[in-house]
Amino acid sequence: MAKATIFDNHLEPAWCPGCGNFAILPAVKQALVNRGLAPSEVLFVSGIGQAAKAPHYLRAHVFNGLHGRALPAATGAKLANPDLEVIVESGDGCIYGEGGNHFLAAIRRNVNLTVLVHNNQVYGLTKGQASPTSAAGMITKAQPHGSSGPPFNPLATAIVLDAGFVARGSAGRPEELTALIEAGMDHPGLALIDILQPCVSFNKRQTWAWYREHCEPVPTDHDHGDRDAALRLAFAAEEERFFCGILYRGARPPLENRFPMSAGGILGRVPVNGGALAEIIAAHG
Amino acid sequence: MKRILIAGEAGQGLVTVGQILSLSLVRDGRHIVVTQGYMSRIRGGHNTYAIRAAAGPVAAPVEGVDLLVALTSESVELHRDEVDDDGLILGDVAAAPAMDDDRWLGIPFAELVPARQMNIAALGVAAAQLGLDRELVERAAADYLGGKKNPEWDAGREALDEGFTWGEFRRRPGLGLSAVPAAAAGRVMLNGNEAIALGALSAGLKFLSFYPMTPATSVCLKVIAHADEMGVITEQAEDEIAAVNMAVGASYAGAPAMVATSGGGFVLMEEGVSLAAMTETPLVLVLAQRPGPATGLPTRTAQGDLDLVVCAGHGEFPRAVFAPGTVEECFELARRAFAVAEASQGPVFLFTDQFLADSYRAVGPFPAAELPPVAPLLADPPAAGMYRRYADSETGVSPRLVPGQGEALVVADSDEHTADGHLTEDLAAAAAMAARRRDKIGVIRGLMVPPTWYGAAAPETVLVCWGSACGAVFETVDRLQARGRAAAALHFSQVWPLDPAPFADRLAAAGEIISVEGNAGGQLAGLLRRETGITAARHVGRVDGLPLTPEYILRKLAAA
Repeated sequence: MAKATIFDNHLEPAWCPGCGNFAILPAVKQALVNRGLAPSEVLFVSGIGQAAKAPHYLRAHVFNGLHGRALPAATGAKLANPDLEVIVESGDGCIYGEGGNHFLAAIRRNVNLTVLVHNNQVYGLTKGQASPTSAAGMITKAQPHGSSGPPFNPLATAIVLDAGFVARGSAGRPEELTALIEAGMDHPGLALIDILQPCVSFNKRQTWAWYREHCEPVPTDHDHGDRDAALRLAFAAEEERFFCGILYRGARPPLENRFPMSAGGILGRVPVNGGALAEIIAAHG
Repeated sequence: MKRILIAGEAGQGLVTVGQILSLSLVRDGRHIVVTQGYMSRIRGGHNTYAIRAAAGPVAAPVEGVDLLVALTSESVELHRDEVDDDGLILGDVAAAPAMDDDRWLGIPFAELVPARQMNIAALGVAAAQLGLDRELVERAAADYLGGKKNPEWDAGREALDEGFTWGEFRRRPGLGLSAVPAAAAGRVMLNGNEAIALGALSAGLKFLSFYPMTPATSVCLKVIAHADEMGVITEQAEDEIAAVNMAVGASYAGAPAMVATSGGGFVLMEEGVSLAAMTETPLVLVLAQRPGPATGLPTRTAQGDLDLVVCAGHGEFPRAVFAPGTVEECFELARRAFAVAEASQGPVFLFTDQFLADSYRAVGPFPAAELPPVAPLLADPPAAGMYRRYADSETGVSPRLVPGQGEALVVADSDEHTADGHLTEDLAAAAAMAARRRDKIGVIRGLMVPPTWYGAAAPETVLVCWGSACGAVFETVDRLQARGRAAAALHFSQVWPLDPAPFADRLAAAGEIISVEGNAGGQLAGLLRRETGITAARHVGRVDGLPLTPEYILRKLAAA
């Protein structure tokens, strides 16, 4: 097997020492290697934030777009060239906050994307404001009276929308994370992997140690097809019990099935059917 | 020349009457200009479908009516003042039995046809009054209504026949159309938005994402209607922000992409405009204008978004903005928009508006089978070494690869970046990268469409206009010239960038420069002043949601 180093590049990550991202990056590379992929077969699409920088620190195609918009950009790219293994990698603020509407729509649309959400429950790049997944009451400079409302529950939301693959990983459990990413790539539709990670600079409560205490594996007897059971595991987050592993698997067909023209290769290279177009125009006579 | 106005409530089938009559006129070898006016509702209200039919080319909507087809009594009251003294008003005799007007011809619909077929019977009467061939109209109706595939076709054909026979026996002198040569082979009936969609398909459009918004939706629906056979991926997005980001993602991955929206949706797309510019991704954006601000008048027309588009997107980057004046130009400039987007690797804009979007004309033939597609301009992968997406080049345009061209890795970033596409905070490198992007304006300038000069070579008055105002302004020039006034028009079908070389001398030599635009302030006039120093002495604007007409322009000119 090729080594994970084929995905290494020359750039030094601009993350804080001890950041959870440092544990996620090699887990992602390892999953790509385990799947036998070459860098030119993989496209990473990200938005903006500390997590969204991750694709810059590996060798692959990269489209680092706008804050919140990784999912629509990835949707366009995947439909345009379904040969590409398209991985969306961004943070909780980007995917669940700025891109919240796209998150809902992408799950319903079900394009074959693997979505990795680095979830550190805080805005890191803008220095410590509350994110959609921040614990209720979390005090920040921007939320001096505490983060309002309960944290957004991405896994419960995805299960309610009948997402095809819903999982939780953790930066503190890198081997399990690699396996989850591989399983997500195997899934023929949108796969959501929410990845818990500490923000060592701005989230002083949810530390490496805190996650060790609050994360536990999905029970071995859990039925992935049982939506009610999956929802119960997802709702456990309300008591700060975070089940790691695959919570739910659905079976909706991916959107690509609807587009026979999207059979592979570079779509722009497919010739224009001038004869058909001439007939279309002539029909207006 | 005959001016036909069909008026009634939404849901009465007045568009059906208009479409079949228009198609009959085009097949009869005539030119048409259709102006549709409708309210933002599905049933009720008051809508109009106006057809100007002529033996020779016409491009302007005009005021006045020769034949009013009034499907409600309200339509009679709203429009009778527009009808010429020797014109004709067709309506339901039951609605206005005691109408004291020589122009009135009450049709006994209740005796002739079932209520559901009233519109088709009115079509029959109108076609007979115009002297159209019965079979020609019946074939047009069959094609439009789906013929025998439509379960109501037999009833429709009977109604058409009843109406035609009734009308034929009551023909008013002077209403019949003049003789014309047979229709040119390949001439078709298209509106502006259909032509944009077909031009885009001809250029090689492969990805369309959109969020529905009047008056842009019909561009998307036309593409969708033919997407399977033309191999185009289409997707209705959750919002305009998603639509534009999807299109940029698809184009990055090698699918020529387009979005279409109106002003309110366009402002949501602006971050995507900026993204296309920064990532240097070809993208065609169609903006179908309607009056703003905010929701404005959703189903009416305007030319109020020029400033918006010329400045759209934060930061500085080159762009091209096209504004077709005719349906033919909608087709041609849609193709050119793709060509410029590919050549300059960035956003290109195409204006239309509700008037042009819905305005059917007799056009073509388009040699669609022979036109070369605007294939994505992709470089060959480097034989050795790393591919650098944003490498320096003489023109500013970097060799473009997309994922899937061998081993080369394509790295694109919305952050400022180095030549290899990775984000950077090296400020000198950032300044150089920005300068290279701005240099691409040279490529855009090389593909510019110069404005059209129309009328007198050395005029006392020159009317400066853009986009869909073309037809009304050119006809205004004709009418001024016919009155012995040396007049000309300068029409821009590309409104950005502006290069004064082709027109500055002629404008300087002209007498009075007057801007004529469907807006209040004179937005093109403002750009001209800023970019060339040429100042219009006056502005004729229109902001009531209706298209410019020669009569409107002449009234405003006379009012000075």
